[in-house]
Amino acid sequence: MALQNGDEPKIRVQNLDFFYDGRQALRSNNLEIARNRITALIGPSGCGKSTHIRTYNRMFDLYPGHRATGEVLLDGVNILDSRAIDGISLRSRVGMVFQKPTPFPMSIRENVAFGPKLLGVRGSELEDRVVAAIKAAALWDEVHDRLDASGLSLSGGQQQRLCIARALAVEPEVLLMDEPASALDPIATTRIEELIHDMAGRYTVVIVTHNMQQAARVSDYTAFFYMGEIIEHGPTNQIFTSPAEKRTEDYITGRFG
Amino acid sequence: MTQPATSLSSSPRALRARTRRVLFNRFMMLSAAGALAFAVATLCWVLGTLIARGGGALSWALLTELPNPPGIPGGGLAHAITGTLLLTGAALLLGVPTGIAAGIWLAEFGQGSRLAHTVRFLADVLMGVPSIVIGVFVYGLLVAPLGSFSALAGAVALALLMLPIVTRTTEEMLRAVPVTLREAALACGCPPWIMVLRVSVRAALPGILTGVLLAIARVGGETAPLLFTSLNTPYWSFDPLAPIGTLNVTLFNYAMSPYRDWQQLAWAAALCITLAVLALTIAARTLRRKRS
Repeated sequence: MALQNGDEPKIRVQNLDFFYDGRQALRSNNLEIARNRITALIGPSGCGKSTHIRTYNRMFDLYPGHRATGEVLLDGVNILDSRAIDGISLRSRVGMVFQKPTPFPMSIRENVAFGPKLLGVRGSELEDRVVAAIKAAALWDEVHDRLDASGLSLSGGQQQRLCIARALAVEPEVLLMDEPASALDPIATTRIEELIHDMAGRYTVVIVTHNMQQAARVSDYTAFFYMGEIIEHGPTNQIFTSPAEKRTEDYITGRFG
Repeated sequence: MTQPATSLSSSPRALRARTRRVLFNRFMMLSAAGALAFAVATLCWVLGTLIARGGGALSWALLTELPNPPGIPGGGLAHAITGTLLLTGAALLLGVPTGIAAGIWLAEFGQGSRLAHTVRFLADVLMGVPSIVIGVFVYGLLVAPLGSFSALAGAVALALLMLPIVTRTTEEMLRAVPVTLREAALACGCPPWIMVLRVSVRAALPGILTGVLLAIARVGGETAPLLFTSLNTPYWSFDPLAPIGTLNVTLFNYAMSPYRDWQQLAWAAALCITLAVLALTIAARTLRRKRS
């Protein structure tokens, strides 16, 4: 696929295969993720979307028996090669938000300060980053007067925005979101979607979603996964209005999945 | 018009079956209530006896004075209370950091390795070892080579009893921390050991503290291992290499003595130990409730 309108690739995936203890979960994935654009990965459960983005921050490294081959080039550097970049510095460049909100058992402020503190940010700069990240996650109005309250005291939707703030505070180049709204109610979902939509132009976002309307609403590009393969990818409106592949069309019109 | 179908439950057979179930239910409820009453009554009996027999000896003197020789009324257990606190404190310092560190290793780093299986198995075995065996072991390890019963040996014996409890509780509590929380921490670019200390352990802390409190409560009631290690003394002692008086061993000695005054002090010691264990258990429960 060619990226359109002069968009450049931030991540380029080439011939990516992935194995869980020998069982192949991804087959020869090729994909380009446009810089400062929102890319949605859609497809039925178990088709490899999450597995795919978890290679971008090498989350699979934590589990023995999980293995990826091929190339994931972040600005031209193959991040699957642990000699090229170590997992810890990779993850401070590629942030992640998970399906279920995962606030740490500490205050709202400490939650957001967690990442930047690891990078050695201190004092007023740290405070500035915390405030900026909470504002960027559209959470400031709700928590500005109780930053020292526990992160666990927030509602589900607020907790998820706290997690987005926490990821943004590290100032990552890429933000991965693994079904960030699937555990939330419709109102909280709308807020998160608006937030993701607003990130275009400033962040490179890759979002995994089950919800096709969500993909259509928030993303610039869409890739359709099926049984570990990328069936089709391209600009979102093209995928949703005139898919080239029969399987893509069947999926987005709800005939299976 | 159709005849309304007879409901199943009103047939004589169904009715009999239901009566039988109702009766059986009532019987089981009564048995359970009876068992509960028996358990609670036993506990109240023990506590009541302790308060009735030992309550009278509770006084300022008990906390501040040394025991008098037999025949002279009054006196206290100040040395034994201090000794128990010192021994338990020293055991805490030895056993808790080691146990927590071992638990962290088992849950976070050793996962699935052969060594972890072995350590876990040994911890379980150690937990089941009778405390008197630990006492004899420490006797051979420290008392015999050093040539004297000592507070140090007592603390080591108690620490060995605490160690497996703290290790296993720490491990269990850390395992209950969701994987997603660990992944979230690592996804921030966090090195694993910082993730363990600042996120996992912090999330598991109330549970770990509960385990520590229960370990203290368990060890606080131990007498057998102290008979072989710290022995006893009716005087003040702050020398780690000399015997030290404790409530438990004092209780043991005075309860066996023929002197009324000493028997009275034994009752008081029993009450002190029980109240302390009760307080620790309540604290542990409160912590656990706060967590959930």
